[in-house]
Amino acid sequence: MSVLEVRNLSKRFGSLVAVRDISLRVESGELRAVIGPNGAGKTTFFNLISGFLEPSAGAILFDGRDVNGVPAYQRVELGMARTFQITEIFPELTVFENIRIVTEVAAGYRLRPWLSAAEKAEVRRRIEATLALAALSGKADRLVGELAHGDQRAAEIAMALALKPRLLLLDEPTAGMGDQETYEITQLIRRLHQDRKLTIVLIEHDMRVVFHLADRITVLDQGSFLAEGTPQEIAANEAVQTAYLGQAA
Amino acid sequence: MTAGKHRHLAVLAAIWAALIFAPYWMPLFGGYTALGSRVLVLGLGAMALNFLLGFTGVLSFGHAAWFGLGAYACGLTLKFIAPSTPLGLLAGTLIGGVAGALLGALLVRRRGVYFAMVTIAFGQVFYYIAFQWSSVTGGDDGLRGFARQPLDFRAFQIDLLHSDLAFYYFVLVCFAGVVAVMAFILRSPFGRTMIAIRENERRARFLGIPVELHIWIAFTLSCFFMAFAGGLYALLNNFADPRVLHYSLSGDFVIMAVMGGMRMFWGPLLGAVVFVVLQDYLSSVTVNWMSFIGVLIVFIVLFFPRGILGLVRARRTA
Repeated sequence: MSVLEVRNLSKRFGSLVAVRDISLRVESGELRAVIGPNGAGKTTFFNLISGFLEPSAGAILFDGRDVNGVPAYQRVELGMARTFQITEIFPELTVFENIRIVTEVAAGYRLRPWLSAAEKAEVRRRIEATLALAALSGKADRLVGELAHGDQRAAEIAMALALKPRLLLLDEPTAGMGDQETYEITQLIRRLHQDRKLTIVLIEHDMRVVFHLADRITVLDQGSFLAEGTPQEIAANEAVQTAYLGQAA
Repeated sequence: MTAGKHRHLAVLAAIWAALIFAPYWMPLFGGYTALGSRVLVLGLGAMALNFLLGFTGVLSFGHAAWFGLGAYACGLTLKFIAPSTPLGLLAGTLIGGVAGALLGALLVRRRGVYFAMVTIAFGQVFYYIAFQWSSVTGGDDGLRGFARQPLDFRAFQIDLLHSDLAFYYFVLVCFAGVVAVMAFILRSPFGRTMIAIRENERRARFLGIPVELHIWIAFTLSCFFMAFAGGLYALLNNFADPRVLHYSLSGDFVIMAVMGGMRMFWGPLLGAVVFVVLQDYLSSVTVNWMSFIGVLIVFIVLFFPRGILGLVRARRTA
């Protein structure tokens, strides 16, 4: 079954149509890249899926369930986690504390005035597992705001992972990174995809990353669906080349 | 890590020792026991406000409303219903807290300046009710005709009215209880969601935290703490007048919190010490004492934006 299915999704801001009649299906365990020139509507598309914006028309089905009108925090509870184009973390807390907040929320403890010793131990075990997965174990006691940019992105992905998502939405995970950092984040995403069989949708500008990671690619242009296919099909697609070259010219 | 823990415990021990022995060392510096009680009560109010301001990142400029409701409800209970200090405090806490919970539900979607403005408006509504409803509240003259009652433990009684010392320790025990509850909540998973909202509301929302609900709960808890402090304030003065509801008192609490250091748990208490002691000393010298506090707060905000305690912390880690 599709983890995510989008049917004829549109979003208008006044007279501007940011997303126009887009449909797609993402299968369980798939890694889907969404690409497109600037202004293609990629981030708006993500905001619609994650509940940050309500669509003007169309439907979003998560695990076969229509999530229209479901508030953002409940979509998270259903298993949808996202990161942001500009890193969104708790900068004045340590890496450990950042992950702890998420882990406790994911465990359903967010309203609890206290935890039993067993629950605390379980939370700690999960935090350590998440830190290890994101290769942040050695930086647990550092303030996130003081970390290098690449580590901050890794911390943000780790926070999303601590939610134990069924669908992970990554908005430009390598934005603003150098080659080495890009490589490390790419390896992290690859591990999540191949080892954990996590379903991932990512927006990305770096084509090396996209063609390296993605099972399938969806191309948007000026808010509309342009093409979809395997990396090889997309690379050979004339309409896609025109859209990118047209923008570059 | 353990060195930090030891230092933390040492600081805590020093704070509590200073508070426990205050009636004995304060006279050396020209203080007196009733002044110590006043510091504790207003300090508790500032900490209650800061529970919301410093740890959830939400600024209420009308928290005197819950403080004043607590004070009036406590006084009215003692005067008309039952001559019992604990009952008066209980009534004050419940009425102020429940009113805060109800009105808070209307507030939680507002943010920043809008939130602050609406809290001021609510506060002023209660102020004018107390001002106008003379038959019950005594109007502008204030509510008189009640006094704190002895604590009755069957076997023995403690006279709170005629012994400032006994009342100081009564206030200190109450203060300790409420402060312990605050600290306990802040260390809980719920307390950490408050910090998450303060640090980054959007991130908190996309981690699965229903932000409005959590702000409402934090606001409500803060109102209960505030109303409890207000009840103590009525007992402290054996009197309540409409000024306990006025927004200028709300502003005083904000000043105490900011001056002391709103990111620090004990900051507002330190702010209250400075505020109340300066007020006590300066107001006997000049009627314009508030202008000195004004200069001080401007100085602190400009040069030590993390407050007095923040300055101490920064020095130590530097």
